[in-house]
Amino acid sequence: MAKELWKGNEAIAEAAIRAGCRCYFGYPITPQSEIPEYMSLHMPKAGGVFLQSESEIAAINMVYGASGAGARVMTSSSSPGVSLKQEGISYMCGAELPGVIVNVMRGGPGLGTIQPAQGDYFQATRGGGNGDYRLIVFAPANIQEVVDLMQEAFELADQYRMPVMMLLDGMIGQMMEPIEWKKPPVSPDDLPAKPWATTGTKEGRAPNIINSLFIDPEACNVHNQRLEEKYRRVIENEQRYETNDTDGAEVIFVAYGTPARLARAAAGLLEKEGIKAGVFRPVTVWPYPYEALHEVAIQDSVKVVVTVEMSTGQMVDDVRIGVNGVKPVSFIGQAGGVIPTPREVANAALKALGR
Amino acid sequence: MAYHEIIVAGFGGQGVMSIGTTMAETAMAQGLNVSWLPSYGPEMRGGTANCNVVIADTEIISPIVLEPSELIAMNQPSLDKFEPAVKPGGLILVNESIVERKVQRDDVRAIYVPSLEIASELGNMRVANMAMLGAYIEATKYLTFETVVDMLRNIFTGKKAHLVELNEVALQRGADCVRR
Amino acid sequence: MAIVYQRSKGLTDVETHYCPGCTHGIIHRLVAETLEELDILGKTIGVAPVGCSVFAYDYFNCDMQEAAHGRAPAVATGIKRVLPDKVVFTYQGDGDLAAIGTGEITHAAMRGENITTIFVNNAIYGMTGGQMAPTTLVGQRATTAPLGREKSHAGSPIRIAELLATLDGAAYIERVTVTSPANVMRAKRAIRKAFELQLEGRGFTMIEVLSTCPTNWGLTPVKALEWLNENMIPVFPLGVYKDITKEEA
Ligand SMILES: Cc1ncc(C[n+]2csc(CCOP(=O)(O)OP(=O)(O)O)c2C)c(N)n1
Ligand code: SF4
Repeated sequence: MAKELWKGNEAIAEAAIRAGCRCYFGYPITPQSEIPEYMSLHMPKAGGVFLQSESEIAAINMVYGASGAGARVMTSSSSPGVSLKQEGISYMCGAELPGVIVNVMRGGPGLGTIQPAQGDYFQATRGGGNGDYRLIVFAPANIQEVVDLMQEAFELADQYRMPVMMLLDGMIGQMMEPIEWKKPPVSPDDLPAKPWATTGTKEGRAPNIINSLFIDPEACNVHNQRLEEKYRRVIENEQRYETNDTDGAEVIFVAYGTPARLARAAAGLLEKEGIKAGVFRPVTVWPYPYEALHEVAIQDSVKVVVTVEMSTGQMVDDVRIGVNGVKPVSFIGQAGGVIPTPREVANAALKALGR
Repeated sequence: MAYHEIIVAGFGGQGVMSIGTTMAETAMAQGLNVSWLPSYGPEMRGGTANCNVVIADTEIISPIVLEPSELIAMNQPSLDKFEPAVKPGGLILVNESIVERKVQRDDVRAIYVPSLEIASELGNMRVANMAMLGAYIEATKYLTFETVVDMLRNIFTGKKAHLVELNEVALQRGADCVRR
Repeated sequence: MAIVYQRSKGLTDVETHYCPGCTHGIIHRLVAETLEELDILGKTIGVAPVGCSVFAYDYFNCDMQEAAHGRAPAVATGIKRVLPDKVVFTYQGDGDLAAIGTGEITHAAMRGENITTIFVNNAIYGMTGGQMAPTTLVGQRATTAPLGREKSHAGSPIRIAELLATLDGAAYIERVTVTSPANVMRAKRAIRKAFELQLEGRGFTMIEVLSTCPTNWGLTPVKALEWLNENMIPVFPLGVYKDITKEEA
């Protein structure tokens, strides 16, 4: 199939439609406004629902309602707006509702900046809302991968009945790259049935209830244990990662999203200086591929593990858990919309090596 | 191995973004790998805008251009800002119509294109950026005029078909500036 | 338009970032002049919104706080409750006030919060690039309403002045515009009256100002003024919607 040049945000929207999503609710915010803009034109053409909500809080609750009614549904926003969605995300997890939430991250905290950043890692992987819950979080590094993962995101959301987050940064949202539409489009008619959805009893079945309230502590505990059991299954089955030149490397860079590309450029610089460096890139940041990272780090050749982020250091905590003390872990990052340069990243590795 | 890292910069509204996307589309049509990354946000309102384009026959590692091999400077602030970053031996294309100074470095190749004059001679100010693109293609010689013209034929159809020729002439007039 | 520009002491010398012909600038000046004339610059705290006027904290020459999108009336409430003798105002766009912030503005008005809101209605989201606002006219194009706002899908424009005028806590509510020197004078009088009532402790005051967005409307500054007069005023009629001083009389 011929390659087409797509802007990240528009590709996300189109990929969602091709994944059988026929329902989108959202509110404008830079750097992701092209998603609702694209949806406003193309969702109705596909016979779906596009609605601009009055706020992100409203948008996520529209998602809650639509998902409970059985729709394949998504919303998107950027950091400050995703903060507002946290309540709804917690409720969706509690009520076990599928749905895809796209966060095209910008610099924070607060209003921060509209430039790309990765400061929402903790929020995405540790949960920004209340209660014991988890999201599957995909962190693609280029537009082809975004598009490839979109269908999977919706499928996993349905399969596990939980929200899935696509965690991108403003760079991926704004840039254009050639992509191929590898998978055939999914028709909404071919999606698995959702017998739990509130679609009307038609006086045939007992009423379905979408709810996150379990007022009796025993019942609430049982509910939590059941969710936990589900999250364990996700951890077992859904870890994704990629490695580049990590075999026999002296330096292992760990990075997700755009910084993974910078880390590969930095590895190229180090190679010219006679140092073998590779990149370990988690594609799911929850569940985090701890064991795979450990396997890479424990190799005899590896002297240092260097985490690269567009934040002041969040994923590095997971890297430390994965490496578990077998090798020194260091960190290089810039925040607030500033992007570390490959040279800075390479120098951080040299420093960690003591050179 | 070809690896072109390009910055196109100018005022918002000068067609900076579309020069970049046309380059990217052309390169893609020629089977090369590309990435296009714009500056974005309210600073683009009347302020300066730029895009980073990477074109390569190998995998593109990072879409961010810090040291361009080629710079297209559509206005003075862009030249001031990015001239020092250009790789030694690189190329700077200057929109001579509104940039008042010459390129100061002597370790890069400088080409001057009077894009507005060309456009006004052709009677359509919108083709100024095509003149810049024509000069770029001629100076770097890896994108082909044929591919661009093929693309123009796809964009301008029906009532707009006459614009193909106009744009083609603008490309050639830009290219002439390299040959002169 | 013959408005002779003279910088008010109520404004800093920071050059604003507004697009050419955007009427945000005039509205800033009217607020600044009022604060200067009432000699309250030293006792005023302003609250900037999220929208094109997000940098208002750099332009007004008084203490300023920057609020989250839509939350300015809540932030202003916090300030006023701590400093009841000070003058507190919010400056908000229509996305900020009439979409994400409808809860906050409604409840500030309901409580009769003794603050002044300057509500800049330009029927579009300016800052983020021309998406539909709740005030966008039926049929008006926006980047999230590419074929024009459709009533059956997105409803009709929200009229905030009328809506808030139904609340007992509202002391003074007027809708004005700045499309001609006469309109500018009227807008200035309205803004002054709102601040005066706040100084008298009369309750919530809001001046809605119909404003242009040449950039996202895709019009020249002059055409934008015409478009506003011809299209916005019929939907958003100018006038006083609430005046507690008249009711008492
Ligand atoms: C929680 C949150 N959601 C969205 C945004 C993005 N945003 C910034 S300004 C704006 C709309 C501004 O429009 P308006 O209030 O009409 O003011 P104008 O720019 O037209 O003056 C939006 C949606 C944000 N900053 N925070
Ligand atoms: S985008 Fe519109 S509202 Fe914002 S400054 Fe420009 S003209 Fe004014």
